[in-house]
Amino acid sequence: MWEYTDKVREHFLNPRNVGEVENADGVAEVGSIACGDALKLSFRLDENKRIKEAMFKTFGCASAIASSSALTEMIKGMTLEEAKKVTNQDIAAFLGGLPQEKMHCSVMGKEALEKAIENYQGAPAKEPGAQIVCECFGVTDREIERAIQENNLTTVEDVTNYTKAGGGCSNCHDAIRQIIERVRAEAKPAVQPKLTNIQKIKMIEETLEREIRPSLKHDGGDIELIDVIGNRVIVAVRGACAVCKASDITLKHFVEAKLRDLVSPDLVIEEVAP
Amino acid sequence: MKTVYLDNNATTQVAPEVLEAMLPYFGDRYGNPSSMHSFGGQVALQIREAREQVAALIGATPDEIIFTSCGTESDNAAIRSALATNPEKRHIVTSRVEHPAIRSLFAHMAGQGYRVTELPVGKSGILDLEHLVGSLSPDTAVVSLMWANNETGVIFPVEKAAELVHERGILFHSDAVQSTGKIPIDMKKNAIDMLSISGHKLHAPKGIGVLYVRRGTKFSPLLIGGHQEKGRRGGTENTPSIIGLGKACELASRRLEKGNSPVRRLRDRLESALLARIPQSRVNGDVSQRLPNTTNISFEFVEGEGILLLMNEYGICASSGSACTSGSLQPSHVLRAMGVPFTMAHGSIRFSLSVYNTEEEIDFVTEKLPPIIERLRSMSPYWTSVAHACVSA
Repeated sequence: MWEYTDKVREHFLNPRNVGEVENADGVAEVGSIACGDALKLSFRLDENKRIKEAMFKTFGCASAIASSSALTEMIKGMTLEEAKKVTNQDIAAFLGGLPQEKMHCSVMGKEALEKAIENYQGAPAKEPGAQIVCECFGVTDREIERAIQENNLTTVEDVTNYTKAGGGCSNCHDAIRQIIERVRAEAKPAVQPKLTNIQKIKMIEETLEREIRPSLKHDGGDIELIDVIGNRVIVAVRGACAVCKASDITLKHFVEAKLRDLVSPDLVIEEVAP
Repeated sequence: MKTVYLDNNATTQVAPEVLEAMLPYFGDRYGNPSSMHSFGGQVALQIREAREQVAALIGATPDEIIFTSCGTESDNAAIRSALATNPEKRHIVTSRVEHPAIRSLFAHMAGQGYRVTELPVGKSGILDLEHLVGSLSPDTAVVSLMWANNETGVIFPVEKAAELVHERGILFHSDAVQSTGKIPIDMKKNAIDMLSISGHKLHAPKGIGVLYVRRGTKFSPLLIGGHQEKGRRGGTENTPSIIGLGKACELASRRLEKGNSPVRRLRDRLESALLARIPQSRVNGDVSQRLPNTTNISFEFVEGEGILLLMNEYGICASSGSACTSGSLQPSHVLRAMGVPFTMAHGSIRFSLSVYNTEEEIDFVTEKLPPIIERLRSMSPYWTSVAHACVSA
């Protein structure tokens, strides 16, 4: 059973604004019956160009219905400029959070809102140059990129939870992985100030302590930081890791990946000569 | 609020008689059945009786019964034994609609280098034996086909299948977790080599299963340890549960003699009332080749999770093949293998009854469900346009 918040339950059991606005200014339909959820959103503006009325019709699970209901409540009274700033995170937050696997319901709300506004303003319905990546659920590269940026996603599983992309035949997993790498590579320089050596060492130590040691210890292993020379992180493996044939894979795929992710993308891990 | 439990293919209530039979073995009869003293020996006698009760339910001999911890363990033990005793063979066959216990195991074996054939099913969920025969080769080690499907209740012709497989010198295993106790099984009259049973699906507790291994079948144990189960499954016996399962099998035998008619009558009452009261609804799976306790009904243009949660408000328990309830994004692999359209698959609900259900409960469900479907449809963007088109057509 999903762990829904009381707010999700309440909006599912008593959804607000079900239906279609008459003489709507903006209308949009997103999702499809094949994917298992779909949302039709319509709104009407008042004389001050604020959203006077917003209504929905949703095919989908409880969280899809609750997200739609929340969205229509949230945007009432907003100008279109304000409504454009509503993110899927805002919808989830309004509901007191959604289970990770259900975040795509909030993304669907955000998409419907955006398309309904475009429908009113006459903007192109499809983002120029967008390419379908996930054939099963019809998700474009632009949608995936945005979900990664806005929600700081790092794995294909995350992307599936937020956009549904990759949830079907899984043929697009490599493509999604590439998009994640690209978006994160682009994002890195902007958010990461240059570290001093002392800061870098401190962050490496903290990351090892917090993120890496507990997992290794769980399997009877351990790791020790020996030195940091430029971007080379010199470590020694201990315990079960010292005799484990897979330890260099662990170092590359787990330890190095974590350090690159949380400290600096240029780090290279090296095992001290035994 | 009273619970109306219509999810018996997920798990069942422990029968009061079963619980009563078990309790002494949690209390003062805690002896180890392997001990030399009569304090333990009296437990061994009870286990022997339980083994006879299980064997009697499926027409086996007691030495063909191995107690395990669950259906999944039985499946694993059977398939891994078949592969271990046929090391030169690298091909295994199953169907597209198996329970995850078998599906995941076969996917794992595919990762180990085995060639896996998944046989298709027809629109009504029935297996075409021609596909089976066509898939077999001298390289085939084992064929595993479920006796009855957990989602639809559709019964496979496993006895005929076992014959075809066996005459080619290939082992045949059947996951009979859903069928045991619901339809007659007589191992004397078929060629099935190994059969998996789970206690908690037939009113015994969770944590007890059975692997039937036909006498003379080569067997390589999954759990190696003590001499329990004649060395075929090490580990001190789960005495209370074994004794409980024996009792549950005895009760099931008695019900089977009566053809399980009370459950069948209630299931049919539920099904016909729902189909009559809810437009655009239909049964998934062949209705003639089906377990007496199961019905899987699709309500078009609504999503299963919403139905389950609204029924939950009335204490009604069932399950769904929709994507949203499974945690994956795809609806039930069983319904997809049957070619059920998405509009139907997402709104599928499985009701599975037991002998403990009553007519009042069924009537309560048939009264509460139609407004629930109507309410969800009124929220669905597909309902108005499509339904009107259908009605006017």
